[in-house]
Amino acid sequence: MDELIEHAEIDGELIPILDEVADPEIPVLTVLDMGVIRYAKIIKTREAIVKLTPTYSGCPAMDVIADDITDAFTKAGFKVSIELLLAPAWSTDWISERGRNAMEAYGIAAPLNPIADKAALLDGEKIVKCTLCGSINTKLVSQFGSTACKALFKCEDCLEPFDYFKCLK
Amino acid sequence: MNNILYKYILGIADNCLILGQRLGELCGHGPSLETDIACTNISLDLFGQVRSYYQYASQIQGEGKSEDDIAMLRPEREYLNVLLVEQPNTDFAYVMTRQFLFDMYHYLFLQKLQESNDNTLEAIAKKSIKEVSYHLRFSSDWIKRLGDGTQESHDRIQLAVNDLWVYTDELFHQTEDDKVMVSNGVGVDTSVLKDNYYNSVSEVLISATIEVPESKYFQKGGKLGIHTEHLGFLLSDMQYMQRAYPNMSW
Ligand SMILES: [Zn+2]
Repeated sequence: MDELIEHAEIDGELIPILDEVADPEIPVLTVLDMGVIRYAKIIKTREAIVKLTPTYSGCPAMDVIADDITDAFTKAGFKVSIELLLAPAWSTDWISERGRNAMEAYGIAAPLNPIADKAALLDGEKIVKCTLCGSINTKLVSQFGSTACKALFKCEDCLEPFDYFKCLK
Repeated sequence: MNNILYKYILGIADNCLILGQRLGELCGHGPSLETDIACTNISLDLFGQVRSYYQYASQIQGEGKSEDDIAMLRPEREYLNVLLVEQPNTDFAYVMTRQFLFDMYHYLFLQKLQESNDNTLEAIAKKSIKEVSYHLRFSSDWIKRLGDGTQESHDRIQLAVNDLWVYTDELFHQTEDDKVMVSNGVGVDTSVLKDNYYNSVSEVLISATIEVPESKYFQKGGKLGIHTEHLGFLLSDMQYMQRAYPNMSW
């Protein structure tokens, strides 16, 4: 569990509560896996502060995430206030290893490092692995996919389309 | 000083809002599903950025206005966006050329805004530039693909570049208020971006086999609230709900 909170300040007692809150767009990931929780502390008995950062500025999931966190804390008997943080800007490096694996199993290729990402999206290099059959004989269909954070790829072996989560650093 | 900062923020934000609205008009009307989704995703990024700017602007203004009030309840003369971003979606070549000419500026501008001594603007710039680097990749890619594509696509990009070129110089104009913001370390001195801008734009155009216009005649006015006839139509569409149902909220 430690790697989930490597880049953030989170009270251990609050981790199980936050780990119940799923990302609304990729429900196999929790908000901790996504790395969007930057700070979560108990300030007094049964009262906590949570600071969130958006993945992309226009991420429409942020309001839903804030509501879901409030629900989860209320259920756990906490009063919670939520703040939105812009700095430091979210990075795909903050997605946990567990999150990356869950994402791949869900059918979304996890982000590559920045250089490989550029080669895949700009120079059409075949390095993004098909999430279904594992082939790297894949082709970029669109730099923007079903959401702003993803690009659309197609596997030229099994012919399935799939999303690639773009590197943001 | 607060009023100058307020207007400075609007100047940055209104570019994002108006271009975002233009791209949003393509929702369901893009030439292909992929480009349609890409344009609306870029629009969404810009709207996200604009929310951060307007929230900050509202705080600076201190009149308790919401980000929606600032976005929706101003008359045309109070929008401070550059003329380039309000130009219509004539065809996909115009859409991509407008995008490319703006993205290149936007990227260079945000690079400098990251050094602002205003912490909020610095944070918004650091967040936004990551997104804008994808926009710039996307639009540069299309300029090359269409410019160096068929005769038809080449001619259309060339026409769009020739037409929209007159709006590029305004990107580097500085109002008196801008100069105050530059001198106190909050704003970006856009004059230093200009050479880099035209060099980088030309590099992409040349690799796309597109001729770089030599025109020295340029249009200006948007930064002072004096717009082309297109903005009025855009606003009447964008502000429709607020005009039909004043004070409505979602
Ligand atoms: Zn496959």
